[in-house]
Amino acid sequence: MTAADLITANKVWQALEQVHDPEIPTLSIVDMGIVTGLEIAEGRISVTITPTFVGCPALDMIKQAIQEQLARFPVDQIEVNVDYSTPWSTNRLTERGRAALTALGFAPPPRYDGEFEPAILLNAQCPLCGSSNTTLRSPFGPALCRAIYYCNDCRQSFEQFKPL
Amino acid sequence: MEHRDALEHLLFRMADDALIYGHRNSEWTGIAPLLEEDIAFSSIAQDKIGHALALYTLLGDLGHPDPDTLAFTREERQFRCCHLVELPTQDYAIALMRHALFDYAERHRYRLLEQSSYAPLAALAQKVRGEIKYHTFHASTWLRLLGRDGSDESRARMQAALDLLLPYALGIFEPSPFEDELRSSGIFPGEEQLREQWLTEIIPLLEDAGYRIPPLDSIEPCYGGRSGYHTEHLQPLLDEMTAVYRIDPNAEW
Repeated sequence: MTAADLITANKVWQALEQVHDPEIPTLSIVDMGIVTGLEIAEGRISVTITPTFVGCPALDMIKQAIQEQLARFPVDQIEVNVDYSTPWSTNRLTERGRAALTALGFAPPPRYDGEFEPAILLNAQCPLCGSSNTTLRSPFGPALCRAIYYCNDCRQSFEQFKPL
Repeated sequence: MEHRDALEHLLFRMADDALIYGHRNSEWTGIAPLLEEDIAFSSIAQDKIGHALALYTLLGDLGHPDPDTLAFTREERQFRCCHLVELPTQDYAIALMRHALFDYAERHRYRLLEQSSYAPLAALAQKVRGEIKYHTFHASTWLRLLGRDGSDESRARMQAALDLLLPYALGIFEPSPFEDELRSSGIFPGEEQLREQWLTEIIPLLEDAGYRIPPLDSIEPCYGGRSGYHTEHLQPLLDEMTAVYRIDPNAEW
């Protein structure tokens, strides 16, 4: 039996679930849907990720965290490639990922078919009280992937993970 | 590689536009007239500098140095950005009008590049599409708010910005020596087609938002940037942008 036999894809995916978005610490990169490829060969694990936004400043930290998380596997080489050929979209978030966002007080992104139009931003549900009586304050927020809203019912500001 | 010079020229003009425009937008961080606008311009700056990084990385794949070296060590004459992105940050009306004129051109440029025969550029163009939707959404919202839905003063200031910037905006589409080659190789259909597509969208948009369009035939486009002849505003920007790098190229912050 070789080392490669012991490293199953399942085990690597489980390890990747321990890597989190540095800005949203309960959201794993698997639930974000940014892992687009995994290859296990003898002596080598190769992970491919697709960035949320091209200028995402968390990308280097995520690459580093993947390296550290996979370091316990007995391989000579761990590769993390960034590749746009599967462009990220918020539709790639898993149900668990959407639940993690809601639990932290973020509105999850609206699902859409085909092309999204920014006008779908105008309707968001308040993650704090559930009201739809909300106002978009800015399509840009404290991170590239978030927009800022105000809830006219519970009178709180909140953020939505914005559709992309 | 075939058509290398043509491809590199296209990548440099796009990357330099994104870097310089991103830097100009970042100058609003902390001083924009509204907190939300501060965040918007800062976010758009971050997106643009991300696009510049991705484009310089494509140049790196063709044998050029790493992105920091390309961004921070070239001389002014080696930059291929258009004059529109170089203009200083002095008036919010000018910043918003430039944002609209430039980002609608970016939207069409990347749309055309989604079909590029150069696969890495086509993949980037598809990726960038969603980001630019937010940029044009933001720009068109403010065009209308300060135009048709605005006050006499806001309309007048935005109109003055439009009158000032149109010659610069037309300079975005300065033809390169490689137009035929880019077209025939399927890398990019060319600046003239881009300009026509841009005009088809931006002119009705500006008119609907309450602005007068001066006769375009009478406007002399501001050319020169694409061949390295810049306004007096680029060098001071480069001096500031590269200040830390020149002191310590390995600095991390």
